[in-house]
Amino acid sequence: MSAGLPLTAAPDLEVSALTKRFAAHVAVDEVSFSVARGSFFSILGPSGCGKTTLLRMIAGFIQPDGGSIAIGARDMASVPPNKRPVNMVFQHLALFPMMSVGENVAFGLARRGVARAERARRAEAMLERVGLAGAAGKRTDELSGGQRQRVAIARSLVLEPTLLLLDEPLGALDLKLREHMKVELKQLQSAFGTTFVYITHDQSEALVLSDRVGVMNHGRFEQLGSPQELYYSPATSFVAGFVGANNRLNGTVLGHEGALVELDAGGGLRLRVRGNAAFTRGTSVDAFIRPEAMTLARGPQELPPGQSALSGEVTDMLFDGANSVVLLRETLSRRELRIALPQTGAFADLKPGARICFGFDPGRAICFPAGATHP
Amino acid sequence: MAASATGASWYRRLVLALLLAPALLWLLALIILPHLDLAVLSFRERVAPREYVASLAQYRSFFGEPLYWHVFLRTALLSALATALTLLLAFPIAWIIAKLARGRMSALLFVVCLIPFWVSETVRTLGWMILLRESGVLPAVLVHLGFTAQPVELLYHDATILVGLVYTSLLFMVVPLVGSLESLDNSLIEAAYDLGGKGGSILRTIVIPHAAPGITAGCIVVFMLTLGNYLTPTLLGGKNSLWFTEQIYTQFITRFNWEQGAAFGFLLLALSTAMVWLGLKASGQRFSDVMRRV
Repeated sequence: MSAGLPLTAAPDLEVSALTKRFAAHVAVDEVSFSVARGSFFSILGPSGCGKTTLLRMIAGFIQPDGGSIAIGARDMASVPPNKRPVNMVFQHLALFPMMSVGENVAFGLARRGVARAERARRAEAMLERVGLAGAAGKRTDELSGGQRQRVAIARSLVLEPTLLLLDEPLGALDLKLREHMKVELKQLQSAFGTTFVYITHDQSEALVLSDRVGVMNHGRFEQLGSPQELYYSPATSFVAGFVGANNRLNGTVLGHEGALVELDAGGGLRLRVRGNAAFTRGTSVDAFIRPEAMTLARGPQELPPGQSALSGEVTDMLFDGANSVVLLRETLSRRELRIALPQTGAFADLKPGARICFGFDPGRAICFPAGATHP
Repeated sequence: MAASATGASWYRRLVLALLLAPALLWLLALIILPHLDLAVLSFRERVAPREYVASLAQYRSFFGEPLYWHVFLRTALLSALATALTLLLAFPIAWIIAKLARGRMSALLFVVCLIPFWVSETVRTLGWMILLRESGVLPAVLVHLGFTAQPVELLYHDATILVGLVYTSLLFMVVPLVGSLESLDNSLIEAAYDLGGKGGSILRTIVIPHAAPGITAGCIVVFMLTLGNYLTPTLLGGKNSLWFTEQIYTQFITRFNWEQGAAFGFLLLALSTAMVWLGLKASGQRFSDVMRRV
């Protein structure tokens, strides 16, 4: 959040009951949300979930079938895209190849009738702010991927929009540059204080960048919240499966024990996890346990108190630096689980075939009624 | 090893030469040789039967006789006008084919542009004459609808010549335009719109600069075709057509003055070369880039 702005400020974007149908298919289904001034809001979802349609409705390229969009407390129903206080960074950036970098940045100013000298001055100042001082005379294809992205953002921000929309701008970059640009986007956003609405299918981008995230699936928001809320308290099984890595175990409810649900995950494997509702005995549920919520141990006595001891046979070690995991087959249910290796390197010597003990904190596992779709 | 390598490269050169031979022969025998002969013809003057001397008399007579260079200028101006009209008419058609129509519809529109070329130019132009002459279809319709009291002669006007030329040239403008407009990324137009652009400014700043090679290619082809067209101006314009190709025809066939005809031919060649060069300079295009669009 940008500092100094009162939290009571009117939201920059207010979307209510927005709907769009394409023939029989409902692309966006009564979506409502608001984005606070100066914040970074992400819409996260798999491809085809309707997030691009939603963004294009906000930009004005698609007319909604129902609901309303208000930007800066002004209704946008009859406002065409070139009159909205909104600018967009396109998926493939859409820099104008027939113009220099400076002309690209000055394009919107020229359309507003700003005089040539003033245009050049403001474009240069904006390029300097995004770290591209002196690049105004270059051709767009002389720039690197990251620099092109900064030009695309500068071209929009020079118009001082109420809202900047970003349509998966990092999608076309290679992994290393993507990691770098994530940080840069975040820094640009806090430096300018402009409200960003960002769409992505990459949960890590959404978690790293956003103040708030809307997780979208089949045209609806499954959950709206801070990255921490999505990660630690997913509201639906889709969110639990989509945001971050997770182990999914299907099972049948045996009973309740306080806030915890006891379930049978097959083969006599009994688990206690948090439930998001009261389940009747025999209900089929999906339990989600994060890889890093599980603890490896040489024996049951090494596990923290309160964790029931489970055991399994190592099937594979996946070394990936700090994200290394061990894949193992649980003894009773014969299910494959993914458990994070501790950073201490304590279990780095595990070999496939080794038997190992593990447990997890029931408070960090959660279950939902089974049957929801998953990516 | 070395011997077989040179053998292979010798063989490849032979194949290349054989493949190019028909085209090169055609170029030499039917274009270069006749033009060399015409060049020689244009620079000589008959002083007595079967007696010729080298002279610039043919070119002098072109500049000395106002009718000749008036017709020459008129042909150049009307051709440029026909090219401009063709561009104005073809651009929306190309835009619809490239950007708005989908799949079958766009193929169908292309066919509609192609249909006139299934009929020979002579038959097509004679068809126009049937429609436009004083006792023809269109004047009768105009009388019937009460626009004119008497049937009017619609043939033998400059406007008629222009209509005929534009009609004949349309396809040659549409094809390169569609090619260059199809390669224009739609998100560029959206981005320009998003940044506050309107139809006119987007056309001027994004669409036309992107389509410039296609526009130039189409204009060059249409201008050359129009300038060198004989049938359409002669049939639709009649005696009033005053088209330069007609002057060349008259010198060669009616007057049997091959020297004068050859000089006219070279002047026309120089004119079309100069106009293409000017067009490329004015639009800042390179000839090689443009020719890839045709």
